[in-house]
Order: sequence, then structure tokens, then C-alpha cells
Amino acid sequence: MMGPETHLGFGSPPREKMESLVLSDVASDYRSAMSSSLSAVVDGCDPLLSLPSPLSTSAAASSSSSFVDPPSYADVVFSPLDSQNGAAPDRPSLRRDSSSPRSDRAAASEYAKITVSDPQKEQDAVNSLVPGGGTYVTYLITSRTRAGGAEFRVRRRFRDVVTLADRLAEAYRGYFIQPRPDKNVVESQVMQKHEFVEQRRSAIEKYLWRLSVHPVIGKSEELRAFLQAQGKLPLPTSTDVASRMLDGAVRLPKQLFGEGPAGYVTPQDAVQPAKGGRDLLRIFKELKQSVANDWGVAKPPVVEEDKEFLERKEKMQDLEQQLSMASQQAEVLVKAQQDIGETMGQLGLAFIKLTKFETEEAIYNSQRVRATDAKCLATAAVKASRLYRELNAQTVKHLDTLHEYLGLMLAVQGAFSDRASALLTVQTLMSDLTSLHTRIDKLEAASSKIFGGDRSRMRKVEELKETIRVTEDAKCCALREYERIKENNRSELERLDRERHDDFLSMLKGFVINQAGYAEKIANVWAAVAEETSAYARQ
Amino acid sequence: MISPQRSPPGSSSQSPRSPSAPPFLSVTVTDPVKLGNGVQAYISYRVITKTNLPEYQGPEKIVIRRYSDFVWLHDRLAEKYRGIFIPPLPEKSAVEKFRFSAEFIEMRRQALDIFINRIASHPQLKQSEDLRTFLQEDEETMERARSQETGIFKKKPADLIQIFKDVQSKVSDVVLGKEKPVEESNPEYEKLKHYIFELEDHLAEAQRQAYRLVKRHRELGQSLSDFGKAIKLLGACEGDSLGKVFADLGSKSELLSIKLQKEAHNLLMNFEEPLKDYVRAVQSIKATMVDRANAFRQQCELAETTKLKEINLDKLMLMRSEKAMEAEIEYKELKAESEEATRRFETIVKLMSEEMVRFQEQKTADLGLAFHEFAKGQAKLANEIADAWRSLVPKLDACSPSLCS
Repeated sequence: MMGPETHLGFGSPPREKMESLVLSDVASDYRSAMSSSLSAVVDGCDPLLSLPSPLSTSAAASSSSSFVDPPSYADVVFSPLDSQNGAAPDRPSLRRDSSSPRSDRAAASEYAKITVSDPQKEQDAVNSLVPGGGTYVTYLITSRTRAGGAEFRVRRRFRDVVTLADRLAEAYRGYFIQPRPDKNVVESQVMQKHEFVEQRRSAIEKYLWRLSVHPVIGKSEELRAFLQAQGKLPLPTSTDVASRMLDGAVRLPKQLFGEGPAGYVTPQDAVQPAKGGRDLLRIFKELKQSVANDWGVAKPPVVEEDKEFLERKEKMQDLEQQLSMASQQAEVLVKAQQDIGETMGQLGLAFIKLTKFETEEAIYNSQRVRATDAKCLATAAVKASRLYRELNAQTVKHLDTLHEYLGLMLAVQGAFSDRASALLTVQTLMSDLTSLHTRIDKLEAASSKIFGGDRSRMRKVEELKETIRVTEDAKCCALREYERIKENNRSELERLDRERHDDFLSMLKGFVINQAGYAEKIANVWAAVAEETSAYARQ
Repeated sequence: MISPQRSPPGSSSQSPRSPSAPPFLSVTVTDPVKLGNGVQAYISYRVITKTNLPEYQGPEKIVIRRYSDFVWLHDRLAEKYRGIFIPPLPEKSAVEKFRFSAEFIEMRRQALDIFINRIASHPQLKQSEDLRTFLQEDEETMERARSQETGIFKKKPADLIQIFKDVQSKVSDVVLGKEKPVEESNPEYEKLKHYIFELEDHLAEAQRQAYRLVKRHRELGQSLSDFGKAIKLLGACEGDSLGKVFADLGSKSELLSIKLQKEAHNLLMNFEEPLKDYVRAVQSIKATMVDRANAFRQQCELAETTKLKEINLDKLMLMRSEKAMEAEIEYKELKAESEEATRRFETIVKLMSEEMVRFQEQKTADLGLAFHEFAKGQAKLANEIADAWRSLVPKLDACSPSLCS
């Protein structure tokens, strides 16, 4: 993340509504405070223009978590308006079209609030292999539903978060699911324990909140179980890759020698991806299929034909690249803003010391005058330094959107690969069917040459026909699943485009207004000094 | 050019065109040009003198001078006008690469211009013959004069350390094998010495921060430029109106980057340099303090020696020795020297106190101007930034949010 002052958690809805109220009103009031040429801009939020006082108070209330404005910026912009708009400001209701896109989405979520807090060290009952291990950290997760207002408190460890993420990935293929926080194995050893735990706590909180605002995932049973089920997390845990491989290896011989049902893919398996499962044979087959797809002569029976999708996929890749660059440069910008604020503060400090010194040692009147001038400058420099710091804290929050969407690109990739693997399953099953039919044909042909039929061969044909039947079912399921995922992709892409448009617009607006507001304040600080020292000006 | 606020208060800046034509002397240092090749390359400056003083050859004179010529002038004045705070010179550049950068050359030119004008407006220094030589003689004469400079009058580091030690502690300098040197027991002067030394520290710190601030401006400018480019590229991924807004924002960011670089330069020339100049001025005062200490020591030593000679003379006269006559001559010579030394010392003391008043007043004016320029520059920059970002708001508003489900 971009800095120490990143936005932590999302407040309760009334606060969010206030924030968005302030945002839109800043925008509208700001505009009216600007030159007349801009007053021609027609704005659907006009009624909100006459709203100085509740805003000043709400602006003061929504302190550091205010998404857009510095509390004092409101003062700067609003006070000149007090005389203009005599109307009694009394509009607590929030108009839908003027609220921020984020708060709209948050308002639709099932959960009103999710907080992660109180990390505790706990001991593992079973001895672990790692020396000095066996301890882990649990976090208190408090959530409140929007509907009933009921509050839930559970204790979860990071492993539970991983489980949640894995189960969601399985159940919601094709959706853009927020990537979970990293395991950070190296950092957990290297960083200071306290810092690391805090970093993780914040990451988990953000993760859970973002899951909850997803229109589909937010309503999922998995998330509810995670947030509300007391005691142990009632979701099947993910076993590690090694164990799965071992299980698969055990079954493989049976699969190869075609004993019983273990030789083919069942319909219920067909809707799950091959990778991550225990069916090694299936993994091999799909791998072979993918190679055939890439290098083979014949086109596979079903291909990704959706041109629109392919275009969008490319666009997504492009977007990801640009987001990465922009996110990087945003970090550099934030650092530069921080530095200039710091140095301005140091400069102020140096002049304060000089002032003190000159005042103490003053013999001549010119020294006293100089000391006063220096003090004037020093005070301004310190003020400006504080303003830079505030500006930066807000900038971080705005530009965080870039970072957020960059993370989301990972989710997009995941959803696209769900689609690809579902398609591969279909293709593999179809290849299977083709080869099964071929085998049957061969057997029948060979059997017909023998007078009276070949009992063993015919038995084999019957078996194969049975296999074909199951495989046909599986193929149908896989095809259905593929179509389902395709639809998920499509609707999610639409949602992403829509939300991204709104969020980016909101980000740019916030960023620009923030910069302008603080620049104005800083200008005023220095203009006052220039005025006071104008006697020294060159003729 | 002479800037009116740099001269002592009360001095009038009358138009040269007035019928009574009061005496004026105005100098400009301009047109830096690189001459020579390779290691021997150097910068030469055009020095233009405009005056109506009779001691000068004509109303206008242009000569070509280089940095070492200015150094020569400085050293000659330091040698001849002890007690006066000689205006400081900009430093020699240590780093080869930097020596010919446009910024460095401009900084040096400005500092040299200020230097020569301060001399030309100082009541005593402006009458110096060396100044006239500097402003009028052709380049060959100048070079000859420069090579004659033996440099024996330069301040030795030991002198500076000595006075430093005097201020810092009263422990005698056994390492040099000298006894604790004689020093003035003037409490007011002691206070002044403390003041000057501490002042230098404070100013140096302020100048350091000012320089750092210049750098920060440049860094912020660079980051805005890079950010602008990245935003533009990101906008290319978005469609229509939103993409356009991104492009506009990116352009504004790049525009502001340029403004920041400009302000960085302005800060450097009009805020950081004056602070540096102030530090140099304080160092010049320290040099004068060394002169004063030397003069005092000389005066004391001679007074001491003269006293001894007097006692010896009386003894000889009492004994009616033949050596008495010789001794008397020697005594009279020594006495004259001692009086001379005392006079020199007292001159320095008197000049110093006048100079201090002048210095304080000048520095208040200089610093006041620097502060004013600083504040003006910062205000202008901030306003430009505010205007630039504000201009985007109507475009952002015009961009309709997508239809929410």
C-alpha cells in the first residue's frame, strides 16, 4: 500500500453518507465559488448548493476518514457562501444521484460493518514440526448485518482466510473474486512481529469488506459462515498439493486398468477444474488436450469463438499494465509530496531557531526587525508543511483506487482462467468421446469378422457404451458449466467496466479537488507573507 | 546594477539625469563566455562600468574579467582595508563537472555582480585604486597585476582556528608551542564574537534546508511529469469521455511539472543564494576579527617591547653610557612603531563598529527581500497549481457516471 495513513476499514453507513454528502457538496459549492464562467454548468445536484452549516459540522465530524476533503477545506470554500445563500440549510436526506458510487454499493451490501481487531497469540494443541512453532495468531472479527442489525463476533486465524478464499474460488468460478491477502511467509519471519500482525490485520479487514460488497459473493454462504459461525470454521479445509498428489497417485493404477468407475470423469467432477483435484489421469488427459490444442493439426471441436470476449481480454491485459505503471507513479508522487512537506517544515524550524537567536542577542534594531521577518516566514513554512501533510494523506486515499483495481486485475485473470479450464474440460471430454466411439467401431469391426460374434469383444463394447453414456452426461454438465462461467465472465466484465468508470471518475474528481483546495490554502499562507514583506520589494 | 535596497539606508538613489549630476558609479557583470580548451578552460565575464566620477577614464568602460581577477581585487582590498567587512566572493567550484553547468555559471555571475556593486557603493572601498584598476585596465595589465599577487596576505587557517579557540575555550594552545596569546578583554566584543560564530551555524542550517527545498521542488516536478504520462496511458485504455478526462489530467500534470522546475530555479537564485551570501558575509566578518586580533597582539607586543626599551634607556642614561644615544634612537623608532600599531588597531575597532551597523541593516534588507521573493514565488506557484486542477472540474462533472443498476 501507499503509505502509513491508508484508509482503514469502512465506517458505518451514516458516516459514509455524510462523507459522500460532503463530497458532492464540495463539488457543487466549489463550482459556485469559482468564476462566473463556470456557473453556467447545469448540475443535477443544485438543491444541495445551499448547505453551508450542516456541512461544516459534518465536515468537521468526518475527520481523517473523509474520503475527499480536508475538514478545513470546507471552511475555505463554504464561508464566502454563507452570505450568498441565506436559505436555511436543512437537508439531511441524501439524493441518490449525488452520492458516491462506493457508498451506493456499500449500501447494497448485506453487511453494514466488518472490523478485524484484537490479535491474540494462541497455542496449537498438536506439536508442529517447526521448532518453536505451534503458536498462531487469531483475530477477532466483528460484523453486523444490515437487515437485522445483529452483531456477530468470531475468532479466526489466517489459515481460515485461506480456506474461505479457496472455497469461494471453487464455488464461484467465473466471478471476479477479490484476491486474498498474501501469505507473506518471508515477511512474517523478517518483519517485526507487531508490525506484521498489524499489516495482516488491516489486509484481512479490507479483504472481507471487499468480498462483502460484491453483489454475488457478498451474499454467499461461505462468507456468512466465516463471519458468523462460532467455533471452528465449518468449511472443508484445503489440503496441500503434496497430499492431493499422493491420493491421486494411489488411484491412478485403478484408473489406468479401467477397473470400475474410476476410469472416467463423472458428471459431478466435470464441473470442477481438473487441477487441484486428485484425479491424476484427468489432469494428464487435459494436459494432453491442451498440447493438442496448441500444436495439433485438427481444430478442437469447441473453441473460444466469442470475439468480443477475446477483445475484452486483451483490453484487460492492457489495462493491467497501465494500472501497474500508474500505481507506481502514484506512489512516487506521494513520496515527493511527503518530502517537500517535510523539508518545508525543517526550513521553518531552522528559521524559528534563527529568530529566537537574533531576538536574544539583539543589539541593533535592525536585528529585531529581521527576527520578526524570519518569524513570519517560519510560521508560514510550518503551516505550509502541515498543509502538505494533510494534502498527502488525502492524495493517498484517492490514488489508492489505482492500487485497488490493480489487485482486482488478478481476480479478473482468475475468472478468465476458470473459463479456459472449463473449456479445456469440455474439449477433453469430447476427445474422449471421439476416441471411445473409434474404439467401439474397431471392436465391432473386428468382432463381425468372427463367426457368431466374439463374446469377450462384445462384452467390452457394452462396457465402452456404458462409459460413453456417463461421459456424454459429463460432457453435458461440463458444457453447461462452461456456458455458466462464460455468462459470469460477461456480467462481471460489465459490472467491472461500470464500477471502474464510476470509481475512476470519483478518484480523479477527488484528487483534483483535493489538490486545488490545498493549493489554494497554501497560496493564501504565502500571499500573507508576501504582503507583510512587500516593503522590501524591488522597485 | 546597483540595487537601491542594498546600499545603507539614507543613501539616495537619484536619477543620473538630474542637472546637478551627483556622483554615481554603476557596474554590471554580464555575458559569461567559455574560453580556452580542456583543463585550462575558464569563463570570462563582461564588466560594464558607467560613471561620472572624474577619477575614471570616461562615462562608460567595458572590460573582460575572469573569476581570478575578482579574487585578486578581493585580496587587495582585504589587505588594504583592514577593519572593513570585504564583500564576499562566491566559492571556487570543487567539482569539475559542475563548473560549466548553466546553473552554476548563472549563480556565479549573479554573485560577482553583487560583489562588485557592493564595493562600488561602499563609502571607503569605492575609492580604492585597485577597484579602478579592475574596472578599467586592459586584460594584459590585469594579468600582470594578478601574477604579482604573492598571496602572503591571505588568511592562514591557523589564524582562524586560533580565534575559534579563543571563543570556544580558554585553554591555551600547547600544541603550537605558543603561550596563550594576548586577547582583548572587551566584554562587548566578546559578545559580538559569540554572536557571529553562532549566527553562522544558524544561517548555514537555513541555507542547507533552502537548498534541499529546491531539490524537493525538482523531484516533485519530475514525479508529476511521470505521473501525468502514466495517467495518459491509463486513460487510453478507458473509453470516450472518461479517457479524455484522463488525458486532460495527464496534460495538466505535465504542465505543472514545468512550473515546478521554474519555481525551483527561482528559489535557488532568489532565496537560497541570498542565504548563502549571508553565510559568506559572516565568514568575511570572521576574517576581519582575525585581523583585529593580530593588530591587537601586535600593539601589545610593541607596547611591551617599547616599555622595556624605555627602562633600558633610562638605565643607560643614568650610567651615562655611550650606548645611550643609540638606544635613544632605537627607542624613538620603536615608540613610533608602537604608536602606529596602536593607531592601526584603533582604526580597525572604529571601522568594525561602523561596519557592524551597516552590516545589520543591509542584512535585514537583503533577507527581507529574499523572504518576499520566496513568499511571492510560492504563492504564485500554489495559485497556478490550484488554477490548473480547478480547470478540470467542469470536465469531470460533464463526464456522466455510468447508469447504475
